[in-house]
Amino acid sequence: MGKTLFEKVWDAHVVSKIEGGPDVLYIDKHLIHEVTSPQAFTGLEKRGISLFRTQNTVATADHNVPTKNQHLPIAEPLSKFQVDKLTENCNKFGVTLYGLNHPFQGVVHVIGPELGITLPGMTIVCGDSHTSTHGAFGSIAFGIGTSEVEQVFATQCLMQTKPKTMKIEVNGKLNKGVLAKDIILYIISKISAAGGTGYFVEYCGSAISSLSMEARMTICNMSIEMGARGGMIAPDQTTFDYIKNKEFAPKGKKFDEAVEYWNDLYSDHDAKFDAVLSYDASDIEPMITYGTNPGMGIKITGKVPFVSEIKEESNRVSFKKSIDYMGLEEGETMLGKSVNYVFIGSCTNSRIEDLRIVAEFVKGKQKAPNINALIVPGSKQVQAQAKREGLDIILEAAGFELREPGCSACLGMNEDKVPKGEYCVSTSNRNFEGRQGPGARTFLASPLTAAAVAISGKISDVRTFNF
Amino acid sequence: MEKFITLQSTIVPLPIEDIDTDQIIPARFLKATSREGFGNNLFRDWRYDENNQPKADFVLNKSNISGKILVAGKNFGCGSSREHAAWAIHDYGFKVVISSFFADIFKNNALNNGLIPVQVSQEFLNRIFEEASKNVGLEINVNLETQTITVVGVGISEKFEISEYKKTCLINGYDDIDYLLSLKEKIETYEKTSKYLKIVNE
Ligand code: SF4
Repeated sequence: MGKTLFEKVWDAHVVSKIEGGPDVLYIDKHLIHEVTSPQAFTGLEKRGISLFRTQNTVATADHNVPTKNQHLPIAEPLSKFQVDKLTENCNKFGVTLYGLNHPFQGVVHVIGPELGITLPGMTIVCGDSHTSTHGAFGSIAFGIGTSEVEQVFATQCLMQTKPKTMKIEVNGKLNKGVLAKDIILYIISKISAAGGTGYFVEYCGSAISSLSMEARMTICNMSIEMGARGGMIAPDQTTFDYIKNKEFAPKGKKFDEAVEYWNDLYSDHDAKFDAVLSYDASDIEPMITYGTNPGMGIKITGKVPFVSEIKEESNRVSFKKSIDYMGLEEGETMLGKSVNYVFIGSCTNSRIEDLRIVAEFVKGKQKAPNINALIVPGSKQVQAQAKREGLDIILEAAGFELREPGCSACLGMNEDKVPKGEYCVSTSNRNFEGRQGPGARTFLASPLTAAAVAISGKISDVRTFNF
Repeated sequence: MEKFITLQSTIVPLPIEDIDTDQIIPARFLKATSREGFGNNLFRDWRYDENNQPKADFVLNKSNISGKILVAGKNFGCGSSREHAAWAIHDYGFKVVISSFFADIFKNNALNNGLIPVQVSQEFLNRIFEEASKNVGLEINVNLETQTITVVGVGISEKFEISEYKKTCLINGYDDIDYLLSLKEKIETYEKTSKYLKIVNE
């Protein structure tokens, strides 16, 4: 019997199998950042050991960093302490660090791919759940906890139970105004925030293979929001073209050899998945979430469900709690709701393509006076590219400001927060209670929808604009 | 890691589904660089109001409810991979979390810290909540050796699953790193023979 893409990559990385237990999996690349690594470094020190393969680890500072005046010392003392601690640990242990003000600094899941660190067929881990992003290249990439960060430091291996496999197929042509973000919000709204738990997902079908690498990353990024360990897409010519000439990607003959290997990374036609789901691209419209988990999404023209429509009784209490938190009524229409904050950024939608989409849409328009908009590029390289293309000028003319890179209002660890009770249309990946700041209310949407909201000052259907 | 064999304790019921790690420990409390002290901010925004006053109706603030076992609704620990969530629960004093479903990363993180995630059927979970609403002193017994959970005095019990490997680790108080370090030679052999490593490395 044939193998799935997932099985091919997994099997190539098994160092050892434990009877009645997990596999010992070799990890090719380990990405770290300031929030989930300090305790792991302390762990190494306590054991009196060093990193087993220092060159396989790359660090950046992203979660805590300010998005203004990055050349100045960080003002917030605890954030400064954590970022300094990362620098200290990287120096002490010899780990490559793309820290603040380095031209490669940025959100960890944005810099891996753009630097050619992320490659097909790899195993990649990071103490961050959105590590699933890197699966867009046909790698097995997933988030781990800090104890596991320490395991990888110490041995370049992880103990992992092999997850089940799920195939999610999307076929057909995408409607106008529909982006990758809408595809993934649509899928999660169908299978729920827990529907993928225990699985590793492979996305395929004509609607997926027609996407750019950046759009594929948006899809894989949110795999974790349906509970899946990760998501992956088989590499193809689009993938190879993206990787070619990236800073750390193999070059020349090495690259050709690698492509030859990568060309075998697909699910065999007779491979068996534990679950298979199929969707039709023509059914997908611009999406928005109304609740406090990413599974609570609807078409932008839709209505908040009625409690009575929630099938499982045990879900109803959580549903009610959620819409109360959001200040919404059952059966309410989302369109036309006034919103004062827009956040365009995060590892889901902060790559150059996202900024281009937003800039193109707002060109010659003005943001609504009630809107506070934050546009945060995913990395220094994205920021520099945006400037080279003059996107910063277009954005400024429309009343927006392009910030410096970091996680920013995606999780509100720095000063970029949404105030209590305020609505924010956000291109990030989580609408949990308080995610963007205590009491903040998040509606997740695509960069195009976020741009439309910024212009109109209320929840709008991007398809009603000229673009 | 501490050893774990059996535990009998009163419980703290939290019948809410999809409790994500941002609720367990909000991001703004992740700036510490050690593992200790996170218990103070466990469920911070449910537990305290904006003036840092305890919210009387939240279960951790009820003087008649306490215990070493947290019982929560389905899909517990979803969201971010922050191990701080497991640290906060453990640091607060819980040894066991019971739910009808756990998010994958949370489960691993919990096990790596000697916090036992016990997955029960939805019916069993509903029954625990029902009994707990009638009796605040309700006790639950968790036996890792026999993999059984029993609601004391009610006469209901259920088996739960855990990998043989993890069970051995917990009962003996070992951790994964000790085991992995013992495999060093195997890992080096793997590195020498992996076709993939040859291709992507110079
Ligand atoms: S941008 Fe948001 S989701 Fe992505 S790594 Fe940063 S905090 Fe996590």
